[in-house]
Amino acid sequence: MKILVCISNVPDTTTKVKFTDNNTKFDSTGVQWVINPWDELALTRALELKDSASTGIQSVTVAHVGPASSEPTIRKALAIGADDAIRINTEPADAYQVAAQLAEVLKNEQFDIILCGIESSDFNGSTVGSMVAEFLGYPSVSAVSGLNIENGNAIITREIDGGKETVSVPSPFIAIVQKGIAKEPRIAAMRGIMQARTKAIKVVEPITIDALSEVTSFEPPQPRAKCIFVDAENPKQLIELLQNQAKVI
Amino acid sequence: MSVLVFAENWDGKFKKLSFELVSYGTKVAEMLGTSATILSIGNVADEELSKLGNYGAKKILSLKNDALNILDSQAYTAVIAEIALKEEAKVIVISNNNTGKSIAPRLSVRLKAAIGSGVSKLPLSTSPFVVYKRAYSGNAYANLELKSDIKIITLAQNSFDLIETPNQVSIEAAAANVDNSMVKTKVNDVQKQTGKLLLTDAEIVVSGGRGMKSPDNWTPLVELADLLGGATACSRPVSDEGWRPHEEHTGQTGKIVAPNLYIAVGISGATQHLAGVSSSKYIVAINTDKDAPIFEAAQYGIVGDAAKVLPKLIEAVKEAKGR
Repeated sequence: MKILVCISNVPDTTTKVKFTDNNTKFDSTGVQWVINPWDELALTRALELKDSASTGIQSVTVAHVGPASSEPTIRKALAIGADDAIRINTEPADAYQVAAQLAEVLKNEQFDIILCGIESSDFNGSTVGSMVAEFLGYPSVSAVSGLNIENGNAIITREIDGGKETVSVPSPFIAIVQKGIAKEPRIAAMRGIMQARTKAIKVVEPITIDALSEVTSFEPPQPRAKCIFVDAENPKQLIELLQNQAKVI
Repeated sequence: MSVLVFAENWDGKFKKLSFELVSYGTKVAEMLGTSATILSIGNVADEELSKLGNYGAKKILSLKNDALNILDSQAYTAVIAEIALKEEAKVIVISNNNTGKSIAPRLSVRLKAAIGSGVSKLPLSTSPFVVYKRAYSGNAYANLELKSDIKIITLAQNSFDLIETPNQVSIEAAAANVDNSMVKTKVNDVQKQTGKLLLTDAEIVVSGGRGMKSPDNWTPLVELADLLGGATACSRPVSDEGWRPHEEHTGQTGKIVAPNLYIAVGISGATQHLAGVSSSKYIVAINTDKDAPIFEAAQYGIVGDAAKVLPKLIEAVKEAKGR
């Protein structure tokens, strides 16, 4: 069995978010780029499964839609342990365009399990994974917090309101994964970093497809009022404020 | 032309989220000069369906089909797409919860419809059609233009106030081309806690961080949450340490919540934590460090040790509630 993990290139989660060009573009000056945290967890789980011989996973490939400038992020995935990578050489425009590009490439590839993180930490769309599945006509399972392979079958745990379900779907399928899928992301060791230099990144030219949406501008979150401090000895005052000023209790 | 709202139910019952979707969809329809059609899938009694009328619903389509008892993203997508086309829907409104996230993106591809996901306000304009959504994990918001003929909006939970406009509803039985052969998802096991207030549904959340010092210190925090009719949550280190279950983790990689009141106890307020809670209407912070970043996000704060502050807070709530 072969696993594909879709990875997105995002600003480090501690980045101070700023915009340029009249608030229409993200200001990437001095920004550190990382693998989207959920995609990194997906990759970690894929590698854990590959490490366990009984799962029969032969390879883990990563796929990314982005220009050559995002290759350091792909190399990071290879350093962590992915076997090879596919980069679709175009600037991501919106979820629909990204998913269409991924689906086009996957039509000609044979993967049994495709993993995507639940959302990217920059656009917070939660859409690409399921969109790829629809383009390909594959089953998709969302809110996946557990994935195991038993006797060649994928056992999927998904979160539902107030609980969990264990489900199965026929391969190939797409699992959109979230918290619980893996505990800590793997850290690349020196050996992995050296090996990553020689691993293959296949560059695929994009198909022509229009985005369906466009960000017209970004806005900062609404500023919050300054914190009103209440004496630790007198929490009663806090309750009064919550009752009479905020009116939330 | 119409606006189609998918109103999800839970074991045949609606909850506030369903009413938010109906209120929102009715308003969007008004903006477009048209009306909203509400789609219910599953075995929901007419009496329950008619409750949607309190929030502006007039026309309700009730689809009962046993093939849809399991949430299968392909089957649900096929059904909603079929009904959206039949109703000539120009806008489809779905919740941004686990169910909505599994269906809406597929629907987007199926109908070649642009999607605005996690939208928290009415569209800013309808021509061009621009929605307002969370971006950069709450560090920004994006005005997103949806350029296709049909548009899909997934609405962030607890972001839109209910609008009560009582109506007489017409309930029509709906049918769609679906049978068991289309359902690819097999459910082998279900573990469900019933009767517990869900974190994502809670209007008040009391959350504990490392400043709680030990898993043994959680009793007063739980008591406070119970007294306020709220749910309990925790920060990432607390769930990683196994002090509290993973389901309680709020933050960027945990649950994203937007309650009316979020009480952060012993949580310093790292960017990743705030990313999951910053949409809360009010944040109260209790922390020993007066310089902790949580106080920048909070409207109300107490500098003090959780172990000492919580019992006093509990007394104050009891007094205020006359217990």
